[in-house]
Parts: sequence; structure tokens; C-alpha cells
Amino acid sequence: MAVITKNQKNSLTKVIVFMFLALLGIVMIYPLLWLLSSSFKENEEIFKSLSLIPEKFVWDSYSEGWKGVGQFGYSTFFANTFKLVVPVTVFTVISATIVGYGFARFSFPLKKFFFAVMMAGLMLPNSVIIIPRYLLFNKFGWLNSYLPFIVPALFATNAFFIFMMVQFFRGIPRELDEAATIDGCNSFQILTRILLPLCKPAIFSAMLFQFIWAWSDFFTPLIYINSVKKYPLSLKRMLFFHFIFSDYSIELKIFI
Amino acid sequence: MKLKHQRKRFKDYEGLLYISPFIIGFLVFQLYPFIASIVYSFTNFTMIKKPSFIGIENYIYMFTKDREFWGSLVVTFKYVLMAVPMKLIFALFIAMLLNMKLKSINFFRTVYYLPSILGGSVAVAVMWRFLFMQDGVVNKFLGIFSIPPIGWLGNPDISLYTIGLLAVWQFGSSMVLFLAGLKQIPENLYEASAIDGASKIKQFFVITLPMITPILLFNMVMQTIGAFQEFTGAFVITNGGPMKSTYLYGMMLYNNAFVNFKMGYASAQSWILFIIIIIVTIILLKSSKRWAYYEDGGDF
Repeated sequence: MAVITKNQKNSLTKVIVFMFLALLGIVMIYPLLWLLSSSFKENEEIFKSLSLIPEKFVWDSYSEGWKGVGQFGYSTFFANTFKLVVPVTVFTVISATIVGYGFARFSFPLKKFFFAVMMAGLMLPNSVIIIPRYLLFNKFGWLNSYLPFIVPALFATNAFFIFMMVQFFRGIPRELDEAATIDGCNSFQILTRILLPLCKPAIFSAMLFQFIWAWSDFFTPLIYINSVKKYPLSLKRMLFFHFIFSDYSIELKIFI
Repeated sequence: MKLKHQRKRFKDYEGLLYISPFIIGFLVFQLYPFIASIVYSFTNFTMIKKPSFIGIENYIYMFTKDREFWGSLVVTFKYVLMAVPMKLIFALFIAMLLNMKLKSINFFRTVYYLPSILGGSVAVAVMWRFLFMQDGVVNKFLGIFSIPPIGWLGNPDISLYTIGLLAVWQFGSSMVLFLAGLKQIPENLYEASAIDGASKIKQFFVITLPMITPILLFNMVMQTIGAFQEFTGAFVITNGGPMKSTYLYGMMLYNNAFVNFKMGYASAQSWILFIIIIIVTIILLKSSKRWAYYEDGGDF
């Protein structure tokens, strides 16, 4: 009679988990692969079959898409997107880390008040402040530039990241700070030398989130940017949506 | 003695120094627009003509005459109650699987995170519409098992779930946070409990779940707030239909503000949404005192 040892049972679990993950992974990723393969298919084929491999490869969609509409090519929009996304990401993470540290590790007058205010800001629907903000940036003369995105990032206006950093800092034992204080660190050194290395996962997540959100944000650029020359990719896609709606394969490509 | 006193005073204000960027940003980019928005909500501001003060007329109209308002409120609550729990359970479940030491686990993490990288973009929403169309890929697939085509987008009873499913599919951001939280749980807790004879299921409820409650709370709050404001999905996939079954609050706001240009009325509606979100969040945060566990003892 075969005796199943604990080790064997363990590896059996692993095989089952592995297979489950693989199956579910296919379901998760199928829509994206479908999108990718559709960009190579002929229009009629896109909705005809489930297959991911096109019967006949069509390569034109990409070169046609890259050329863009009108006078601006796709490279312009890529450059625009990076000019917008990179500063926003960097500034958001730096400012959120510093502010989050302040909230997580210090007590100061009105702390509860400011924290409540920050949380309230988190819940504030964007639509509440978008109209007055627009008028404000108009007064500053910042419309049609990337300043309405970059300057708020510099001042930690995205409470999501502050709250996230606070929660992670709170998970780190205070004894570490105390030990560092005894070793002669000032509070800023505690942040940079002790806490930052410990919350690398949180910082990378924050960077990733901000990058993705700024990249795919559609609503805000639509409001603040009004010349095609300065459009980021997300707006550019909407242009295509309107112009070449009939040509699915080009459209699907552009969306990637 | 005096020096010590001064040092203590500096320590009192050191924290303020760290949060000063937030204070400035808050005053200029949040408080000012916020107050301006209250003022607008009591006017009939329409972008074209000069606003005039009309008191609480906007609010009275909203609650007593605007059927659209109540309809979309019901739809929005349904959406939140469905999408948020589904997303969180799914995200935690996958995060735990991805936290195991398996071969090519990094590959899986990438695969599962990929849908979320695209975020709430127009692209994904359009793709979703193509996938779930009457003669779209999903119905084709079901056809293989001779399941008749389902009106994913056309049937008012189902359409909201189709949009919720898009939210669940993009569970990556919650999942990444859960994963980061799971990694912070000290291994020795599991070892100790295993020696004491705890089963895997017991370990989950006694160690894993309590240890990640701060992250769970964070995810729950964020996802709830986000779900109340959901816009892109409903806008691009179904445009609120059929029969207003997916006419979420965010869509109503958008229509009133940027289609009908009733800025004053839209401001008033956005205020009601804000108050609802505040109440729900306070309930979540208050209740968390009973179930969330903090390494620093919870004093804050």
C-alpha cells in the first residue's frame, strides 16, 4: 500500500494550484490576446472566430495607425504621454512618502484634523471640484499645458498614496525608529535609511499605480488639454474612435 | 532644562513640516474648489449665462421631482454591493495563491496583473463591449457548449453584472496590495501554529486574515469609493442602457454637467454623492475598530 508522505502531499497541492493558476490565467489573459490578434486579422474575421491565430495576417494596421491622423504622428503622442506621466509619477511618490511619514510617525497639533481632512479628500468625488479647478487653472494660465497635472502631484493632492504609505509605515515596528534615534539619526535619516528600504514594495506599488493611472487617464486630459499637438495617448485613442470607427483592426491596434 | 524644552517644542512641530506639502496642496487644489462648488450648487450656473443664487431649489428638485436621480442611486448601490465584495474576495484569493512558492510564480503574477495595467481606460471598455456583444467572442465560446447566447449588454437584468465583471477582471491593484501585505507576515507565526497543530484553514482565519486587515480595510475603502464614482465602464460599454439599467451616478453627473451644461445642478448632485460616500466610509472605518489589527497597537 502506498503511503503518501507529507512531502508528496505538499507537492501534489502545488501541482493542483499550478494547474488552477494556469487555467484561470488563460481566462484572464484571453481578452488581451484577442485584442492583439484582432489587430492582425482582417475586419471580417475579427468576430467570426475564437481563434487567436489569424487566417491571414494583416500588417498594415500598425503602420497606418502609427502615421496617425492629420499632421501629428504617433511618436508625438508617445512623447507627450511621457512628458506628462513621468513627472507626475515621480513627484507623487516623493510627496506622498514624505507626507505619509509625517502622519504615521509624528504627533503634532491638529493631526487628527488634518488626517480627517485627507481622508475626506479621498472620498471627494472628482466631479465636485473639477469645474472650480478648471476655472482656477484658467486664471493661472495653465490650461493646455501639463502643469495642471504636475503641480498638484508635487503637493501630494492624491490622498490615495498618502493613506497607502501611512498604512505601510504603520506596519513597521516603531522600535526600529527608536533604535536609529539612539544611534544618532535625525528624523529625516530615519525615513531615508530605515523606513524607505523596508517599504520598497509599497513604493514600487505606488509608482506603478500612479504611472498606470496617469497613462490611461482620459477624463482629466480631455478637460485641460485642448490642442491636438499636446494630446497624450489616451485622448488620441478617442480621436481614432471617432474617425476610423468602421475599421476595427486599426482601432483595436491603436487601443493597445 | 531650557534646551530640552526647546527640543521638545521642535519635535511637536516636526510632523507639521513633513505634511506641509499636503497642507498647501489641500488649501489650493481642494479646499478652494470645494467651497466654490458648494456655492455653485446653490445657483443655476450653466456655463453660458451668469449664475444667480437660487437657494436650495436644486436639492428640492433632486429629491422630489427627479426620477432619474433615484433610479441611478439604486443602480449605483447595486453596483457597489456587487462589484466590491467580488473584487476583494477574488483579489485576496489570487494573492494567496500567488504568494506560494511555485515554479514560474513571477510569470503568473505578471499575467494576473496585466489586465489591471490597462486601468480604467477607454481601450479596455471598448474591448469589453466587443467581447460581450450579442455575436461577440464570449457568446461564441458559450456556443461551443451549446449554451444559447446571453444578452450580456442587451438584457437589463444582466448588463450591470457585465460591467461589474470588468471591475473584477481588473482586480490587480487590490491583489498587489494584498500580496505585499501577505509578504510582511512573519513566517514564524505559521511555523509556530503548525507545531501547535493548526490546519491550513485555521491558519488562514487566525493568522493570515487578522494580519492583513489593515490592507483589507484600505482596499475596501478605496474600492468602495471608486465604485461609487464608476464612469468609464458604463459610459463606453452600455452608455447607461438598456433601460437605464447601468445608468450609474457618475454617468448622470457627467450628463448633467457636460451634456446638459447644468453645472449648478450637477454640483448639487455631486454633493449628495459625496455625502453618501462619507457616510459609507465612516461606517467602514468605525466598524474596522472591531476587526482590524495593527502592529503598532492601533494608537494613532
